[in-house]
Amino acid sequence: MATKNESHDAEHEYSAGLAVVPADKIADPGLDEPHRVRMTDKSKKHEKAAANQVATWFLVSIVGSIAAIVFYFVFPISADLNTVRNNTFFVGISIALGMLAIGFGAVHWAKTLMPDAEVAEARHQTRGSEEVRARAIEIVNLANQESGFSRRKLIRRSLYGALALFPLPGLVLFKDMTTDPNPTETLRHTMWSKGVRLTTDPTGTPIKASDITLGSVFHVIPEGLNAREDKLEQKAKAAVLLVRLDPADIKSDKEKAWGYDGIVAYSKICTHVGCPVALYEQHTHHLLCPCHQSTFDITNDCEVIFGPASHPLPQLPITVDAEGYLVAKSDFHKPVGPSFWER
Amino acid sequence: MSTATTTSKKKGGFLAGTANYLDERVGMGGILKEFGRKIFPDHWSFMLGEVALYSFLVLLLSGVFLTFFFQPSQVPVIYDGVYGPLKGAEMSIAYKSALDISFEVRGGLLMRELHHWAALLFVAAAGLHMMRVFFTGAFRKPREINWVVGFALFVLAMAGGFTGYSLPDDLLSGNGLRIIDGMIKGVPVIGAYVSSMLFGGEFPGTHIVARLYGLHILLIPALILVFIAIHLFMVVIHKHTHFSGPGRRDDNVVGYPLMPVYVGKAGGFFFVVFGVLMLVAATVSINPIWLYGSYDPSPVSAGTQPDWYIGWADGALRLAPTHLEVVTGPYTWAWNILLPILVLVVFMVVVAFYPFFEAWVTGDKREHHVLDRPRNAPTRTAIGAAGMTFYAVLWAGASTDLIATHFLLSLNGVLTTLQISLIVAPIIAFLVTKRVCLSLQRKDREIVLHGRETGRIIRHPHGEYEEIHEALPAHEMYKLVDFVDYQPTIARPNAQGKITASARLRAAWSRFYFEDRVVPVTATELAEAQSHHAHAEVEAAPAAKKTTKKAIAK
Repeated sequence: MATKNESHDAEHEYSAGLAVVPADKIADPGLDEPHRVRMTDKSKKHEKAAANQVATWFLVSIVGSIAAIVFYFVFPISADLNTVRNNTFFVGISIALGMLAIGFGAVHWAKTLMPDAEVAEARHQTRGSEEVRARAIEIVNLANQESGFSRRKLIRRSLYGALALFPLPGLVLFKDMTTDPNPTETLRHTMWSKGVRLTTDPTGTPIKASDITLGSVFHVIPEGLNAREDKLEQKAKAAVLLVRLDPADIKSDKEKAWGYDGIVAYSKICTHVGCPVALYEQHTHHLLCPCHQSTFDITNDCEVIFGPASHPLPQLPITVDAEGYLVAKSDFHKPVGPSFWER
Repeated sequence: MSTATTTSKKKGGFLAGTANYLDERVGMGGILKEFGRKIFPDHWSFMLGEVALYSFLVLLLSGVFLTFFFQPSQVPVIYDGVYGPLKGAEMSIAYKSALDISFEVRGGLLMRELHHWAALLFVAAAGLHMMRVFFTGAFRKPREINWVVGFALFVLAMAGGFTGYSLPDDLLSGNGLRIIDGMIKGVPVIGAYVSSMLFGGEFPGTHIVARLYGLHILLIPALILVFIAIHLFMVVIHKHTHFSGPGRRDDNVVGYPLMPVYVGKAGGFFFVVFGVLMLVAATVSINPIWLYGSYDPSPVSAGTQPDWYIGWADGALRLAPTHLEVVTGPYTWAWNILLPILVLVVFMVVVAFYPFFEAWVTGDKREHHVLDRPRNAPTRTAIGAAGMTFYAVLWAGASTDLIATHFLLSLNGVLTTLQISLIVAPIIAFLVTKRVCLSLQRKDREIVLHGRETGRIIRHPHGEYEEIHEALPAHEMYKLVDFVDYQPTIARPNAQGKITASARLRAAWSRFYFEDRVVPVTATELAEAQSHHAHAEVEAAPAAKKTTKKAIAK
C-alpha cells in the first residue's frame, strides 16, 4: 500500500458488459451539497455544553466501573440463589453503565465537536499498473527459470505425488478416534436378550405384568443397566416404552404375538434421528417424537403416520417369567434408532 | 512518567518521545501517514459488520473467563453443589462445572449469559451484514472474494455457536448432539463410521465434549480470527464502498477520516455494543441449564428450540415428507435426512457463488465502488427477497410444534402449509419484490422529471385546480439518477460463427434480469421536461396573475 504509484497511470479500460454507458447522463453536481451547520459550530455556548456533556459521560463511566467493583464485594454469593441473582444484576448493570457511558461520550464527541464535513479521497483500481504487472510476471518467469520448475518434469511430477500423499498419514492418525472396529455391528445389538427383565427408568425396579393398568405407559430400561459403566451408551439404544392396550385395538398379529396380553414394548429411540419418542397420546394411541414430530401408531406395529421418520419403531418381544415379571424374549430383531447405510 | 523523556531531540513531552520510539522501531510514522486519515463513508447500515466484529471480541473476552472454570470431561460425579434440586444427582463433570460457574463463581453466571447473548448477536449481525452487502451490490468486482470470505465467517460463526451450545452436557445440548449423530449416520456408506469416530465409539460416549471443546476454543476461533484479518485487509485494499450521491464516484471515496472522527465513532460504538450486551446479560436470563438436568438419552422435553441460527437446519429436517427412505438391497438411502442436508448445502453454495453468477450475466468487468440502492437492481433484490423467504420458511419449520400449540392450529396443517410455502412463498416474494422495485424506480423517474409534490394547490382562471410540483435540488436529484443500467442481450455467434449453449443461456438470464428494466432519466429527458414545465408555468400561475392584473388595469 505504501508504494502506491501516484504518477499518471492511465486507469485500465474494463469491458462494461451489458451495462449501458450513458452518453447523456445528468451532470454530477459535485460534493459541495448544502450543509447544515451544527449549533456547536455556530455558538460557543453550545460547544461548551457539548464538551461538558462528553466529559459527564466519561465521569459516569468511572462511577459505573467503580460501582461494579464495589458491588462485587457487597453482593457475595452463597447457597441462597437470590444472592447469585443480585450479584449478577448489580455487577452486570454497573459494568454495562461503565461501558455504555464511554461509548455515548465518544460518539457524542465525534458527532458534535469533531468536523462533520465529508471529504473525498482518490481511489485507484485494484489492478497493478502495467509496469508493476510486467515486473511481477518477470519475477515469476525468473523463479521458474532459476528453479527449472516447468523444465524439469520429473522433479515437478514427483513433487506433486509427494505433496498429494504427505497428508494421508495425518488422516490415518485419526483412525483411533474410535476403538470400535465394527460400528455397524455394534449398532445392531442392545442389552436386551432372552430373559432380561423390564425395569422402570430410572430406578431399575422390575415390572409385574399385573401392575400395568390399561392405557398406562412405562419408561423402561433393561435390568442391570444402572450398574454398567457404559450405561448412557446402552440406554441410548435400549430405552423402551411399554404400553398396555386393549388387545382388540391391536391391528397387527405380529404385534399381538410379540406382546403379552395387550402389553407391548417398543423402542423409544426415534427412527428419524434418534430423539426419545417420549409422548404418548392415550386416546389416539399415537406416539409422538417431540424433536421433529414423527408420529407412530402403536396399535399398528408403530408404523409412521406423520413426520419425517420413515420406518416403524422396532418392537421388543416380551413375555413374563415364573414370578410374573415382564422379561424380553430376545433382543430387537431390527436395529434401533436412526437409519444407517448398512441397516 | 513524563520526567523520563529526556531524549536528545527534546522535541516534546512523553507523547513525542513515544512516537519517536515507535517510529524508529516499527515505522509508526509511515503507518499513521498511510492509515491515519483514511476515509470511511458514513451510513447506518455499515455498522452491522462492526456489530459482528465487536460481538466476536466480547465472545473472546468472556470465553477466556469461562475456560478458567469449565472442565470438559464426561466422567460421572455426584452433584453436591448449592443448587438444591440437583443435589445427589449423577452428572458429568462438564455439566457440574457449568453449574458451578453459574452458582459458585461471582460473575460466572453473568459471563455465561454474556457469552451466549454475544454469540446470538454475532451470528445475527453477520447475517444482517451479509444481507446489506447483498442488497446494495457491494459484492461486485473487486469484492467477490471478500464476499466468499465473509460467507466462510458466517458458516464458522454457526459452527462456533453449535459447538459451544453442546459443551455444558445438559439435556438440551445432548439432544442437539443426538440429532447431529442421527444426521451423520444417515450419510451413505461412511455414516456409521464417521459417527463412531466423532463420538469415540457409541453415542453419547465420553469423548464428545472434550473434542468439541478443542474445536470451540481453539480451531474455530483461530479460523474466525484469520478470516476476519483477511476480510478487513481486503476492506483496506479496496477502501469502503459508498452510496451513490453527488460527488461519489467509482474512483473516489467520500466520508470521514479515520482519525479522529472514526476512532471516536467506531471506538465508541465498540463500547456501546459491549455495554448493551452486558446490560442484556445482567437482566435477561438465557439457557438456564440447571432447569434441564444432565444429559440422559431417555427423557426429552417438548417444545424445545435450538439457538436461532440452527433453526433453519432443524426446520429443514422437520419439513421432509414422510417415507422418503429408499432401501436398495442391503443398503438404506436415508433421503429423509439427505434431502434436508442437500437443501441446506445447495442454498449455501448458491449464496457463496452468487457474485460470480451475476458477474457472468452482466459481463461487467469494471470495478464498482458506488453501491446500488436495492430498487435499482430489481431482479437481484427480488432474488434476495426470495432467498430470505426460503430461509424464513425453513426457520419457521423449526417451530411447527410451538406454532401449532400457541395458535391452536393443527400440527399437520402447519407442517403441510410450510412444506408448500417452502416452494411457493419464495416465488411470491420474488414477484412482489420485483414489482415493488420497478414501481419505486418509476416513482423516482416521476419525481426527477416533474418535481416533488408540494401540497400547494392553485386554481387556474378557467377553474382547473393543479398541485404545484417543485423541482428537486440538483444534489438530491442526482441520487435518483445515478445508477448502473443494464440491458438484456441476445445470443451472438462467437469467432467460429457458432452460437454456444453458454451464450444462449447467458442471453436467457440477461432477459430474466433486465427485460423490464426502468432506465435512469437522461439529461435530454430532464431538459425536455423542464422546458415543458416552464412553458406550462408561464401559462399557469404567473400568467394567471398577469391576466388578472391586466383585467384590473383595464
